[in-house]
Amino acid sequence: MVRVSEVRHRYGEREALGGVTLDVAPNEVLGLLGPNGSGKTTLFRLLSTLLPLSDGDILVGGASVKTNPAAVRSQLGVVFQSPSLDKKLRVEENLRHHGRLYGVSGAELRRRIDDELTRFGVADRKRDIVESLSGGLRRRVELAQAMLHRPRVLLLDEPSVGLDPSARSDLWRRLADARDEGLTIIVTTHLLEEAERADRLAIMDAGRVVACDTPRELRSSVGGDTLTLVAGDADALADAIRDRFGGEATCVDGRVRLESRTAAADAAKLLSAFPEWITEVTIGRPSLEDVFFARTGKLFVGADE
Amino acid sequence: MEVARTYSPSLPVVFTLAERELVRFFRQRNRVIGGLVQPVLFWLLFSEGLRSSDLGYTHFFPGTLVMILLFTAIFATISVIEDRNEGFLQGVLVAPVARWAMVLGKVLGGATIALIQALLFLALGWATVGQINPTPASALAATGGMALLAVALTGLGLLIAWRMDSTQGFHAIMSVFLLPMWLLSGAFFRQGADGWLGVVVAVNPLTYGVAALRHRLTPLDAEGLPPEPLCWLVTAGFAAVMLAACWWVVGREARGS
Repeated sequence: MVRVSEVRHRYGEREALGGVTLDVAPNEVLGLLGPNGSGKTTLFRLLSTLLPLSDGDILVGGASVKTNPAAVRSQLGVVFQSPSLDKKLRVEENLRHHGRLYGVSGAELRRRIDDELTRFGVADRKRDIVESLSGGLRRRVELAQAMLHRPRVLLLDEPSVGLDPSARSDLWRRLADARDEGLTIIVTTHLLEEAERADRLAIMDAGRVVACDTPRELRSSVGGDTLTLVAGDADALADAIRDRFGGEATCVDGRVRLESRTAAADAAKLLSAFPEWITEVTIGRPSLEDVFFARTGKLFVGADE
Repeated sequence: MEVARTYSPSLPVVFTLAERELVRFFRQRNRVIGGLVQPVLFWLLFSEGLRSSDLGYTHFFPGTLVMILLFTAIFATISVIEDRNEGFLQGVLVAPVARWAMVLGKVLGGATIALIQALLFLALGWATVGQINPTPASALAATGGMALLAVALTGLGLLIAWRMDSTQGFHAIMSVFLLPMWLLSGAFFRQGADGWLGVVVAVNPLTYGVAALRHRLTPLDAEGLPPEPLCWLVTAGFAAVMLAACWWVVGREARGS
């Protein structure tokens, strides 16, 4: 449905994307997960045709962004991070303008406005000025608007920013519904817990896709559970563990991290070996954060630079 | 996979974008008042203050009309700066609409607002100043002239706003470029100043718009103006060039970050 091949982009000297290749199948929710500055927003802007593409190609339903941007645009429904609703206008006025921009008009337009507002549960807000709506309701109006012209691909940039947890989970439920109705959805996020809800995840770092698979496969690709040790001198502890037991002990952010298939037994062993060093031990199932760490050697939260 | 759909029909796009400008404008009452009250105030102050120099309400009337057009056009386009990065315009830019339709919708919307404000002021002048008494034909011609100026100035505003990334930048341009352009259009000083000022006045396209309005609305005050056909030609050209330039700049749209 969407094919991204060898896409590169630079802002002046700085390389924002260094050769990204991705295939998005029909009927799937693909999450673009990455810390700030990983290039996911640049990729979103290229996909949405907001930025002109210079290197590589992007095909949407067979049409190329380079040679036939209008055909690409007519197939896309786009939800921006900062709302593209006109706050001074009523909900229905926003949708009416949007419809006309996509060549829908007259009775058909009126019918679709009612349909979409009903589907997203905001039909009773039709005559309200957008300014007076809560963040969650605005997102729903935006989704209704993005679906108005029956797109085949829905693109969303950090759609849950500014939403409370219940509005966030409502949003994801509605995205899943839309996917079940036949839409292909691409959504960027920097929230790990949210990324779990995508069908497939492309993890991005420093302008590249470092992993792309289902969240479950990604997690099981990490070799076991994660042991995290807190110690006064983490560097020294990591050295000592490597000396005594061999294997991979890395020191990140004042903590020692190990991957292990026998985490509980190893924890006991380490505690008895270095009782005076270790102040805290945590054992965790591999999370997406561990996946990110395994692929990039960086902590997800600290990877912003 | 076959993809049939391409650009949306352009006429509804132009119409809907223009309609949005108008609805937004009239919903923000302070903008309506700001765009009209300030020029009326200037008109009163200039006319009273410079009465001793033999310049009065009649002399400053066409210039005030142009000031209304200028201010309203600027306020209609300054919103573009924020709108395209975090607002409604983002959605327009990713919609399958022809760029010229987008430009035309935006400019016509802004120009219509400016024209409505100017017509209100024209009615006020007509009703209160004895010397402002155009024939119906002249009033109609003046309206046409104001429409051309409204398009030209909204286009100019869009052209400036499109390349800007902050409204502060726009304010700077406004004080060092747009206001002087108005001051040096014959709206304020008498025509035919000597030296470099005269040259600036002569090359300023706005001079010819103000003059066209003087010819039509206050013919007794028209001494020393450029000939009327030239005024119309330059004013129409100004509007056409601004529209074409907007189309070109917006169409190019290869901005980096």
